[in-house]
Amino acid sequence: MAIVEVKNLTYSYPAADKPALKGIHFQVEEGEFVSLVGANEAGKTSLCFALAGFVPHFFKGELRGEVWVAGKESSRTSLDDWLLNVGLVFQNPFNQISGSKFTVYEEVAFGLENLGIPRPEMKERVEGIMQKTGITELAQRSPYALSGGQQQRVALASILVMQPRLLVLDEPTSQLDPIGTRQVFEVIKSMSQEGITVVMAEHKLEWVAEFSDRVIALADGEMWMAGKPGDVLTSPLMTELGIGVSRYTAAGRRAVEIGLLPASQRLPVTHRQALAFFGAAPP
Amino acid sequence: MKIEVRDLRFSYPGGVEALCGVCLTVEAGELVAIVGQNGSGKTTLVKHWNGLLKPTAGEVIVGGWNTADHSVAQLAARVGYIFQNPDEQLFCATVCGEVAFGPQNLGFDEVEVDQQVKSALAMTGLGGLEQTNPYDLSTSRRKMVAVASVLAMNTPVIVFDEPTTGQDHVTIERIREIVQRLHGEGKTVIAITHDIDFCVENFERVIVMGNGRVLLDGEAGEVLTQEAVLASTAVDPPQLIRLGLRLGFNQPVRNVDEFIAAYQRWKSRR
Repeated sequence: MAIVEVKNLTYSYPAADKPALKGIHFQVEEGEFVSLVGANEAGKTSLCFALAGFVPHFFKGELRGEVWVAGKESSRTSLDDWLLNVGLVFQNPFNQISGSKFTVYEEVAFGLENLGIPRPEMKERVEGIMQKTGITELAQRSPYALSGGQQQRVALASILVMQPRLLVLDEPTSQLDPIGTRQVFEVIKSMSQEGITVVMAEHKLEWVAEFSDRVIALADGEMWMAGKPGDVLTSPLMTELGIGVSRYTAAGRRAVEIGLLPASQRLPVTHRQALAFFGAAPP
Repeated sequence: MKIEVRDLRFSYPGGVEALCGVCLTVEAGELVAIVGQNGSGKTTLVKHWNGLLKPTAGEVIVGGWNTADHSVAQLAARVGYIFQNPDEQLFCATVCGEVAFGPQNLGFDEVEVDQQVKSALAMTGLGGLEQTNPYDLSTSRRKMVAVASVLAMNTPVIVFDEPTTGQDHVTIERIREIVQRLHGEGKTVIAITHDIDFCVENFERVIVMGNGRVLLDGEAGEVLTQEAVLASTAVDPPQLIRLGLRLGFNQPVRNVDEFIAAYQRWKSRR
């Protein structure tokens, strides 16, 4: 069953001369992992805000169409109620950290405190999620005295602990080193396998291919492509839309163009696919 | 302009030792990338070059100046540092004011300031946004304002801290052009980056840091094939190098062209 339904959504920020989102229309099934790819200013963050209710509740502007999550429509639901189902991890963790807590532990517990969750349950959930996101050792540090990568994990933990039905992530690994990136994606994947629905805006295409069930490509506020990662991410349109392709895809396309390999195979996006693509080539 | 780092040690207040004896020399005009895991000391190291941090022990010499004897303001004329997060760097109400601030403070005359601002805005693709408030721009554009405001100071050394973070394909191409152009002008260009593919395609020398030390330092292709050492500091080899290693290529490939050439040789051997 669809948990997310975006119906002909067009949205303009206050005083903007053109809409940030134009005619966006799609559904997400419960438990699905959908990635949003697009150039800067293609509408990824705006769409994340619309799914998280920040559009229209925090950012005013002009909204047409509807966003439904878990049977509620965003413009007719208060942000407090909306956020019981939806968690948003911001692109810049600095914008998310509450500023009212002295330790990472308290920061992660903040959301549950506000919901009035009993202490023993709160303790269990906070400690469990801190372990999962690899921040247990940071428990007593100030959220502000952390590196960008560490802050990004704290921001993720403080949303995951709320156990949202829909998790919206706006470039959740932009400040992480490659291995930190893999760890965070694995945490997100495991949440997805537990049944949480994930919508994630991300530039790192090989990871998008690795984890997503479906990919939506945005450009200039509009949806250009939607489909299986292997189809969307190897499309010639990717470069035209300013999104680009992974090095594996670029190398594969070149090898086909100059006749080194037959055109019958699907172009690779991930390392594993590239190994099969180049390694399984006929001699 | 040459940078010499001699047995540099640095501890943050509270006692965390972020740099534990770093020695290296960057010659004038070099193109160098610094990689390594979060918290390995990359940013701490480069903040010593413009004097934002002073050594706990050891010394840093920038163009013959010991940074311990010179102020941040003096060093600012020599080393331009572009912050990872533009919001820690930008404070003026207009893009133009922001970009003009550096050269004005370095004592450039009005004509020079104007020229520097125009050229920096053109290089970063911000022409036409002179009167916009940087905080009305997207993070991606704001990062380019931070780049422009350092370019406008025309320093002999330029340090980029994570220039490609959160940037799309087109903007990364632009950053690549800026790096190449500065290098062509003979400037010393250094970038801290987690974007290892960008690193291998654009930088000649790579320094790998881990736990406050230099683990590897050398030609990009050679350094970035050392899978085990890289893994110890949370870095994977670049995509095409890793693919080449698995396929059994006998030399590192830095870009698609080199990969295809090596793949042709590899296929003909089989």
